[in-house]
Amino acid sequence: MTTKNKPTKQKVTSILDSYEGDPGMLVAILQDIQAEYNYLPKESLTHISEGLDIPMTQVYSVATFFKAFSLKPRGRHIINVCLGTACHVRGAGRVLEEIGRQLDIKPGETTGDFRFTMETVNCVGACALGPIVVIDGKYSGQMKTDKVKTLLESYD
Amino acid sequence: MAKQSNNRLSSPQELEALRESIIKSRDPSQTCIVICGGTGCLALGAQEVITNFQREIEKGGLEKKLALRITGCPGFCERGPLVVIKPENILYQQVKGEDVVEIVSETVKGKIVDRLLYIDPDTGRKITYEHEVPFYKKQKRLLLGDNSNIDPTDIRDYLALGGYAALGKALSNMSPEGIIAEVKKAGLRGRGGGGFPTATKWETCRNAEGDTRYIICNCDEGDPGAFMDRSLMEGNPHSALEGMVIGAYAIGGHQGYIYVRNEYPLAVKNAQIAIEQAEKLGLLGKNILGSRFDFNVKISRGGGAFVCGESTALMASLEGKVGEPRAKYVHTSEKGLWEQPTNLNNVETWANVPLIIKNGADWYGKIGSQGSKGTKIFSLVGKINNTGLIEVPMGVALKDIIYGIGGGIPDGKKFKAVQTGGPSGGCIPENLLNLPVDFDELDKAGSMMGSGGMIIMDENTCMVDIAKYFVNFLEGESCGKCLPCREGLKRMSQILTDITEGRGKEGDIELLERLSATLIDTSLCALGSTAPNPVLTTLRYFRDEYEAHIKDRRCPAGVCKELVTYSIDKEKCPGCGLCVKACPSEAITDMGKKKPVALDQEKCIKCGACYDVCKLGAVIRK
Repeated sequence: MTTKNKPTKQKVTSILDSYEGDPGMLVAILQDIQAEYNYLPKESLTHISEGLDIPMTQVYSVATFFKAFSLKPRGRHIINVCLGTACHVRGAGRVLEEIGRQLDIKPGETTGDFRFTMETVNCVGACALGPIVVIDGKYSGQMKTDKVKTLLESYD
Repeated sequence: MAKQSNNRLSSPQELEALRESIIKSRDPSQTCIVICGGTGCLALGAQEVITNFQREIEKGGLEKKLALRITGCPGFCERGPLVVIKPENILYQQVKGEDVVEIVSETVKGKIVDRLLYIDPDTGRKITYEHEVPFYKKQKRLLLGDNSNIDPTDIRDYLALGGYAALGKALSNMSPEGIIAEVKKAGLRGRGGGGFPTATKWETCRNAEGDTRYIICNCDEGDPGAFMDRSLMEGNPHSALEGMVIGAYAIGGHQGYIYVRNEYPLAVKNAQIAIEQAEKLGLLGKNILGSRFDFNVKISRGGGAFVCGESTALMASLEGKVGEPRAKYVHTSEKGLWEQPTNLNNVETWANVPLIIKNGADWYGKIGSQGSKGTKIFSLVGKINNTGLIEVPMGVALKDIIYGIGGGIPDGKKFKAVQTGGPSGGCIPENLLNLPVDFDELDKAGSMMGSGGMIIMDENTCMVDIAKYFVNFLEGESCGKCLPCREGLKRMSQILTDITEGRGKEGDIELLERLSATLIDTSLCALGSTAPNPVLTTLRYFRDEYEAHIKDRRCPAGVCKELVTYSIDKEKCPGCGLCVKACPSEAITDMGKKKPVALDQEKCIKCGACYDVCKLGAVIRK
């Protein structure tokens, strides 16, 4: 994933059209925009507000309420460290710390070279394999602090 | 798909005829290789196994001899990737891509690949058949059992197993009131958290005034440590869908939603395919099975917010608003989505409905305990040997689940507690292991059923840390609308952080109890009013651990970083240097060959990397 071009009104409109302009689908629309651009560019929020005829404040409040959305550009690779209970009791906190230490970022931050963004997720529902780290949608189970380095090195 | 299945079915008779033809077209004695394609097994490398099987079968021209079925999760995630050879039910576990050639060649010869069989840790004996593995043998898998017989992307598999027969029965032989009465008689209670009687909810919604009624299937599963709804939606989406159509008919609703977490991409995909296939056959949409009843279902993807498990918050999110709850003076079954009567049940509840309609309330009422009927799916995770999804009749003793099915605690460690009910639940200690697991008994113990997460903790789990974990989790997920929850949780988190970091003081425990009482009494929604449960239950059963942190500045489990020190056991350390390489802060020095390493406490950041890499137990954590 890379940060793609500036959002065009056309692209946003085509996403809005795929939901028949239904304001009830705002969350899904934001998800599709984020899948396209890797984050929610400001312009796209304006286009959504106009396209769905809902106040910008509503778009903004939803975009900032849900954890999955980012208003800042994110890195080429998205690291999601699962902090669900099952992962927590198996030491997910230490895995998170180790990744943060190696990349010198905190949860929610992006490395200076835009290589990685590190986020946390409450549960990915693969509890049997905890602790789990998901990078770009690929699951790595039974993570330990000493496996972190090799894992990160496999992403450019 | 077969030609006739492109036509919409216009009566239950046509559905039965289609079912006949599907069953007839299949040879039950044909060998079928079943591979789990659930999220757990995929994470363990099942995709490579699937690809290799496809390649081998094609290469050998074995399509007629060996059928291949990619299914949802059968539950035994610990041993994945899982492969089962049907009809014999031979179970191969931890299968890797390179094992596939051998499995194919031996299966064709009617032989078994011995080395991939499951070994019973108690007897040391190899077990050939899936149904003889203790993990499966002690379960009652009414819902999960079908997962391995169904390709979730092919509706014909569900039909072949009797799918949508309950819908046919409901639409042709039962009145909406009759369906509600049957579900009431069966004693079905909601599997999503509260355990509210399902039929009562349906009845209220049916009788409420409104222009239309909405039906929602909650697959948001924000409860960390639970994944049964995901597995049902991934592995057998039609069971929930059929339940929804029956419920919609009983309630009088024509529009349904499946609210599913975006973190569950496979569940989203399979639910979408299921809806399309059901629509094509006339099992959804207009004039379902010629009954003049219309019902449509849309998928809505959640944005990852725990509070959206609360019905009013979920509905706000469905309306495209922030997922904030509202006070429930008027229930959502009377005024919910867009101010209309709305009925919300979770995936597992919906999946129980076809079973009840098909087999009758009397049959269903025989399963389970006095006040909790049927089975319950639990996700058995944490410090347990057999992690995975299990399904048991309500009322089974906790110890039968943990030791009988779960195989006990790994590495010879001692059991400490089991956490049930997610962040709103509580921790149950060892002396309550005989507790029968059902809605009422768990409530009495101060915990709750919740959606069925069961997180096992051993002697190395710190109960104060666990309480802090849940409070921090809930603090982050609190929507911030009401003050007791927003500020109360923040304050509780500060106190717990102080305790775990060695700044605890006399009176902290009492303050936590007072804050808890305030949250319970004054929070707007269930997130806040149940939030103190993890604190209260750990205080009730593990007060001594809190006191050790506060009075002795000691973490008995060795978890709280500020209260532990690492040292090297000079007797055990051979100076291999693994920990020297692992240490990120250069706190450990190699002292030469075969000499124990030296650890500098000043430089140590207590990350535990050395403890993790040392296989000889030479790093001491105290």
